[in-house]
Amino acid sequence: MFEAVAFYLFAFLTIAMFFITVTTSHALYALTALAAGMIFISAFFFILGADFLGAIQIIVYTGAVMALYAFGMMFFDTTRELKEKQGNKFIVTGLATLAAILVVVIFAAPMVSENIVAFYPAIDGVGNTQQVGLVLFTKYLIPFELAAVMLLVAMIAGIVLAGKKMDLSITLMNDAEIEEEKNKKVLS
Amino acid sequence: MMEIGLNHYLVLSTILFAIGLVGVMRRKNLLLLFFATEILLNAVNIAFAAISHYYGDLTGQMFAFFVIAIAASEVAVGLGLLIVWYKRHGSIDLDALTTMKG
Repeated sequence: MFEAVAFYLFAFLTIAMFFITVTTSHALYALTALAAGMIFISAFFFILGADFLGAIQIIVYTGAVMALYAFGMMFFDTTRELKEKQGNKFIVTGLATLAAILVVVIFAAPMVSENIVAFYPAIDGVGNTQQVGLVLFTKYLIPFELAAVMLLVAMIAGIVLAGKKMDLSITLMNDAEIEEEKNKKVLS
Repeated sequence: MMEIGLNHYLVLSTILFAIGLVGVMRRKNLLLLFFATEILLNAVNIAFAAISHYYGDLTGQMFAFFVIAIAASEVAVGLGLLIVWYKRHGSIDLDALTTMKG
């Protein structure tokens, strides 16, 4: 009963928030609505018993990703209304709906045939976080470490792309060149 | 009706995925295109968590974690590229990006 009420409430809220995100012409409204939708999605994870995933959703999405977007928006001129040239809305909406139905058919086809077997069944008597830890650090250790390397690469890429004068290396330059660069900066 | 099953979550995931897909196709501003991509990834995450719960298998949750990690690194690199593009051209409009148009 309460599960149904919570599900429909959060489903409505999430759909409304994401609808605002894709339709509004104001980037700040889109960002705020997206952050709210992310928090509402974590509610589904808590209903489904995936507590750790819900906490990660809040921390990573609304904590890190949204902060990064808000930080990036400072670089862009987002105070004015976005002017977007619109094509035929009906064709786009129809195409998107068709594509989404196709994706669901692909997802649902193996489930309808009832041949899904639980590879790593949930263990009784321990919490969700402990289960996640057991599976993540045994069966999925290599993907976990690859994800860590990928995040490191992404961090370096973000710093190099967004930083200033990243094509210069102070350790590889001699003193005269460094002085020259300093003078350039004063002049410009 | 009162019992929430796997199909409810899959339908919700489909609706969110469709919203995200409409956003990807309609948007012309690159920053808002990124927002729509986040919606797509979140819709898939809901489906993963629901299947994980209803089949008693933790693999779905594991995949959701990796999807979140990929989304985080995508944002870091994509936003860096977007800033470089904005510094160079002063606009992040998708129509202005078609410099190789014949």
